[in-house]
Amino acid sequence: MTPMTSIIVIAVLAILGVYISWRAGRLDRLHARLEAAKFALDAALVRRSSIALELASSGLLDPATSVLIAGAAHDARSAELAREMPESDLTRALRAVFSQPDFRALLAGREGAEELLTELESASHQVFLARKFYNDAVAATQAARQRWLARALRLAGRAPNPEFFEIDDSLAPAADSGAGPTADIPHLTT
Amino acid sequence: MRIGLVCPYTWEVPGGVREHVSGLAEALMDLGHEVSVIAPADDDAILPSYVVPAGRAVPVPYNGSVARLAFGFLSASRVRRWLKDGDFDVLHVHEPAAPSLSLLACWVADGPIVATMHAAMPRSRALHAAQPILASALEKISGRIAVAEAARNTLVAHLGGDAVLIPNGVNVSRYEKAEPLPGFPGTGGTLGFLGRLDEPRKGLDILLAAFALMAAERPQLRLLIAGRGDADEVLDQVPAEYQDRVVLLGQVSDADRVRMLHSVDVFCAPNTGGESFGYVLVEAMASGAPIVASDIDAFRQVLRGGEAGELFPVGSPAGLAAAAGRLLDDPAHRATLAAAASAAVREFDWSVIARDVLRVYEAVAPAAGRVAVAL
Repeated sequence: MTPMTSIIVIAVLAILGVYISWRAGRLDRLHARLEAAKFALDAALVRRSSIALELASSGLLDPATSVLIAGAAHDARSAELAREMPESDLTRALRAVFSQPDFRALLAGREGAEELLTELESASHQVFLARKFYNDAVAATQAARQRWLARALRLAGRAPNPEFFEIDDSLAPAADSGAGPTADIPHLTT
Repeated sequence: MRIGLVCPYTWEVPGGVREHVSGLAEALMDLGHEVSVIAPADDDAILPSYVVPAGRAVPVPYNGSVARLAFGFLSASRVRRWLKDGDFDVLHVHEPAAPSLSLLACWVADGPIVATMHAAMPRSRALHAAQPILASALEKISGRIAVAEAARNTLVAHLGGDAVLIPNGVNVSRYEKAEPLPGFPGTGGTLGFLGRLDEPRKGLDILLAAFALMAAERPQLRLLIAGRGDADEVLDQVPAEYQDRVVLLGQVSDADRVRMLHSVDVFCAPNTGGESFGYVLVEAMASGAPIVASDIDAFRQVLRGGEAGELFPVGSPAGLAAAAGRLLDDPAHRATLAAAASAAVREFDWSVIARDVLRVYEAVAPAAGRVAVAL
């Protein structure tokens, strides 16, 4: 091997090394972002169910509405794996409660009602945002992990492949909500 | 007596609790009482004259499925108005732990309140979370009834207190006469099954195995199945050469349910357990169908230890095949069993059950005055 060829080989290897370590570093940063987004999502969900439980036990609502919300919030909190279904169910329960005719008007003037309702709405919006950012991070991480170099050299290491978090998280009444008692809500719980 | 009944689930969709409330209401009226029922329903819904609509029911996730309930202050004020207009001697709420009208009625009423628990709730952690909210409303109930042991256990475990057992009633006269389905029962013998196809506790797989054992010796034997579930999955469990002798009706209307029960030579209840009362069995008895049932506690009790139907060892296809075979070969014994079943089922007729419920009212009402609006 001539000195010239050796230099070229060493240079190519060096460039390749730098490139790989840059890709690995990028994947690492993506995983870190994902972890942070997951943490934020988890916190947003916990906050929402806590405020829902607080509303249910506040004595502001009638007992039927309270039981409905307490049950859904409790299911959401105690789910460990399959979290998407009970979280969606909590959204649906809250949506059914919030979209009752005159719901806010009937609570107006009651001590602490406005604060709690506003807090719950903001917590629900926080869930929506946190979920959006989490799913963004999942998409970016998945794309990076699927590059051939990442797959060939297992740059992701033992980090599990991230999954999207899909729930119904809108408190706004669905378009079909006025369709009468036959209107069915899509339901995920088995 | 002036009696107010509260149904928590919408009147517009059939269901167990609704059937119970309407059966009880009609039986009480037959006994000369004045009855009014309040239930979630649209104001312009077509309802029996004794039902007062409480407004549209909202579909919400509850206890593992979607329930159509009425909650909120507006529903509570409808209940309040109904209580005022009704001026009842006794208020009888059904399933008071459900987030709906019954709970609201307990909240807004004072005086003699009776409650009936229907469901067993295995997902009871949520119920436990709601317990403090339920407690103050449920404390007002002075007489509690459970329709089955499982419902009673739910009550004892999560809400405290106890209940008397009064089973579901059945309208026997509605089952006594019906035209069999075309071509049934036929001459070669027909076995029948009613219930969810895909719920292992209903034991359909045991019956299918028994049918496969019997089909070879009885070339014209047929199996008639009614119930919700995947028909192909059922047929896959039957040997190919016998598949054309298995007739699957799918989910059937109330009327066809009765016709189906009149279309079989032997009705089979191969349940492996979990059946708290055996309503299907009571329906079959009311229809006068000869019965072969698993020897589980609930069934043995309903069938009077075998007097009103044959019992076979739980989970045994051979045992089921032997018992069903004996009955198919002995028309006289079938007639004896059917007659015994028709007599035994009388104790589950609404006219009898309603008297038991009335005794609870009478135990509660005099001491507690009239039903009043509390808030």
